[in-house]
Amino acid sequence: MYDNPDGVMIGLEVHVQLNKLKTKVFCGCVTDYHNDPPNSHVCPVCLGLPGSMPVINKKAVEAAIKIGLALNCKVEEHTQFYRKNYYYPDLPKGFQITQYDFPISSGGYVMIEGEDGELRVGITRAHMEEDPGRLVHEGTIDKSKYTLIDYNRSGMALIEIVSDPDMRSPKEARRYLDKLRNIVGYLDVFDGNLEGAMRVDANISIMGGQRAEIKNISSFKGAERALLFEIVRQKNVLRRGGVVVQETRHFDEAREITLSMRTKEEAHDYRYFPEPDLVPLKISGWAPAIKETLPELPDARRMRFVEQYGIKDDHAKALTSELKLAIFYEDVAKKADPKTAAVWVCDVLKGELNYRDLTVEAFKKEHMLSVLELLAGRKITEDGAVDIIRTLLDKGGSPEEIIKEKGLVIVAGDIVETAALEAIVENPQAAADYQAGKVKALNSLVGVVMKKTKGGADARKVREVLIAILSDGFYPPIEREKIEKTIIKIGDVMVEVSKPIANLLKKMGYV
Amino acid sequence: MWASINELKEKIHAGSSEEVVAEYLERIGRSKLNAFISTSGESAISRAKEIDANDIEGPLAGIPVAIKDNISTRCIQTTCASNILKGYVPPYDAHVIERLKKAGAVIIGKTNMDEFAMGTSTETSFYGATKNPWDMERVPGGSSGGSAAAVAGGEAPIALGSDTGGSVRCPASFCGVVGLKPTYGVISRYGLIAYANSLEQIGPFATSVRDVTTLFDVVAGYDPRDSTSVDKEVNYSSSLENNVKGLRIGVPEEYFGEGTDEKVEKAVRDSINTLEELGAKTTTVKMPHTKYALAAYYIIAMSEASSNLARFDGMRYGLRTEDSDWHTTFSQVRASGFGDEVKRRILLGTYALSAGYHDKYYLKALKVRTLIKQDFERAFKDVDVLITPTMPYPAFKLGEKIDDPISLYLADVDTVPINLAGVPSISVPCGFSGGLPIGLQIIGKHFDEATILRAAYTFEENTDFHTKRPEGM
Ligand SMILES: [Zn+2]
Repeated sequence: MYDNPDGVMIGLEVHVQLNKLKTKVFCGCVTDYHNDPPNSHVCPVCLGLPGSMPVINKKAVEAAIKIGLALNCKVEEHTQFYRKNYYYPDLPKGFQITQYDFPISSGGYVMIEGEDGELRVGITRAHMEEDPGRLVHEGTIDKSKYTLIDYNRSGMALIEIVSDPDMRSPKEARRYLDKLRNIVGYLDVFDGNLEGAMRVDANISIMGGQRAEIKNISSFKGAERALLFEIVRQKNVLRRGGVVVQETRHFDEAREITLSMRTKEEAHDYRYFPEPDLVPLKISGWAPAIKETLPELPDARRMRFVEQYGIKDDHAKALTSELKLAIFYEDVAKKADPKTAAVWVCDVLKGELNYRDLTVEAFKKEHMLSVLELLAGRKITEDGAVDIIRTLLDKGGSPEEIIKEKGLVIVAGDIVETAALEAIVENPQAAADYQAGKVKALNSLVGVVMKKTKGGADARKVREVLIAILSDGFYPPIEREKIEKTIIKIGDVMVEVSKPIANLLKKMGYV
Repeated sequence: MWASINELKEKIHAGSSEEVVAEYLERIGRSKLNAFISTSGESAISRAKEIDANDIEGPLAGIPVAIKDNISTRCIQTTCASNILKGYVPPYDAHVIERLKKAGAVIIGKTNMDEFAMGTSTETSFYGATKNPWDMERVPGGSSGGSAAAVAGGEAPIALGSDTGGSVRCPASFCGVVGLKPTYGVISRYGLIAYANSLEQIGPFATSVRDVTTLFDVVAGYDPRDSTSVDKEVNYSSSLENNVKGLRIGVPEEYFGEGTDEKVEKAVRDSINTLEELGAKTTTVKMPHTKYALAAYYIIAMSEASSNLARFDGMRYGLRTEDSDWHTTFSQVRASGFGDEVKRRILLGTYALSAGYHDKYYLKALKVRTLIKQDFERAFKDVDVLITPTMPYPAFKLGEKIDDPISLYLADVDTVPINLAGVPSISVPCGFSGGLPIGLQIIGKHFDEATILRAAYTFEENTDFHTKRPEGM
């Protein structure tokens, strides 16, 4: 049982940008502006030109309902848009079209891994709104002589997901955010990798006091840091006998601290009223059909992976943390051993991807399958497999090419054996030393074999073979007493080997 | 110099659109009415030439039309009669402009109005007041005073205005022309610079019901860019009929209350008698919530306006003061760009929506609006049209009320309930008081423009008020 010693209560407001929709929320402008010049994806509507009027993008409403359903929310009978009135240069109409009463959906929940087991985080509401433009500064904010405004982002569809204040630690907040990104990512409505795809405001109070709202958090890590700082700050205020005041604070990402925003800026009265240019939408009839299209969500998929493929829950959790990874794994697991596949996709591939800041799209399923196949057929070593994966990510090519180029193929058993014999013949003193009890002498023989096989042999196996030849007289190891031994002379050194080996060496012309 | 669409068509047929357009432009050029903020001389002439050369057809082929300056016109300055939009040239056409162009009409200029359509006299224009063609010392009504005066003064055969609380009907009444406020949603508002979105409609002006109907047919119709637009094509010209037999007229006594000029009341009652003689039946109806309409109207209109006008900050278009930081520039632009009446309404609207007052004013106004709608629904169970005065009195003098906003607001008493209810209404000339025109208001059911147009047309066919013209034009 987690006793929450500081009485921390955290609620989060997360903005998800529906950047996978073709068009903006109230106009026909195309949303893939990320590689285009500023103000190239604009029209009278998203520029807020006088006389222009918004028209709701039905696809955006569908996506919003989808998100509501995935968060276990109730979809309302009808939904309405409101104007939130405030002045800011990135807001071309002087108000933002958002929702107030009658949001799309409300009263849902998300399950996360809490401090003491599963935690249910309530979803107050999930509603739609439009994204403002983006302020661009020449250099840094404080040094810039002017501000430029890019309205490409203006009018992008946002879903604001408001949680109940159910999280009790920054860690839980972080897990909630990861879970939210995970769920929404499954719905194919947003690309979490694009700039500004998910933005967070956090509300936090301790010991039943007033809450502070933290704005300007630009990453999940930032959210955790801001909350950690805020707990310390609020505790210090209380310790000094002060009172935590309700206020909006700004997160300074560089210094990892929160700063009070001037109360003047904060004293907003948004004067909400229904947007007269958009008629109320009756959406109760939409939900059932949309529910049909909901994909299998992360939690369900995780349970199924454990059951269907017999993999560890840790692996299932990691594999379902991202839709693309889950699909990748499942495609591979259908054609290879699912457990081995889980290990290689989860423990190896994912690590290498993370290290390179890449997504699973950077790696081909076919390549994973051939690596697994080569491993199963003992054609390559595990080290070789890792090398292949790294090379594929860094330089491309195909596993076969890489194996050829690097000589990664496992040298077949008899070749290792031959090399081992050659090594013994060429270094009879080392062999004799080993047999005399100098265990370290084996290392030099292993080195020789590795050199002869150009590193293609598995070092462990080479060791095994050498030991077998030198102690048991033959490889594979067999019962010692069944073997008739003989002493042969190699150069000036006498070495004891089994008769078959001695014959073999004679045949090879060494003795 | 006053000509109907049909007369102009003959003239264009015999001569050319270019001649017709040039004639109007010339008349505007030497006018003392100040009905226009800008004229589109060159582009109008070249468009007329194009129509002549290519024999372009259409219900308004080659016909000049004047447009209220709050309707966006591509490449023609659109100011809303405000300093803050001086020099703003829209990059797009309003839906009605697209339709007019398709019908072959030639836009000859943008007409004067009260700043952002906030007024009843066209005196709040940054570009000076428009004068009433019947008496140059009097107001033309407002806010579409420029459009009404242009038509009454023979400076445009037809014109478009917009009506938020009477802004088409009031100047139609004061200037002795016909003006229609259609059902909410019949004409797309796309491109109309909003004053109060939930109340306003674009409406046509002309010297006759027939021409108003022709213009209405052209500009009305579904537009997916306006979510409140109704999917309904309109063709009333073909069914105009001189017949009111059996028409049930309701007369709401609340509209003949205190402050109504005696001569206005007499003219309206005489007109109702005329229609009775032509076969209509009259009953008295009760509309008990009428007295709350003005307060509700102004609260809703100002609330919406306070938000609509927030976008004018001088950053992207229109007036720009010397560059400073954003807050300073923003404040300076709005301080010098908006006139007093606009500032008053923004302040009052902001107040009505603010925390602590929102329920007391804005929400209450919405409730009253519902009650007023119900008044109309009840009345229309028993009657086909309602008839009232358009304005309680004829045109007042320039400067007479401009410093007394409350008395100006009171002038809208007979027109605002119609916008709150969203029903259609037409004003037609029905008499004179001291040489000044009087307007008859005929109100219909939702989407029943056909009946009010028929009643108005029948009235016109059997009277000659609409044929009277101001002298000295
Ligand atoms: Zn746009």
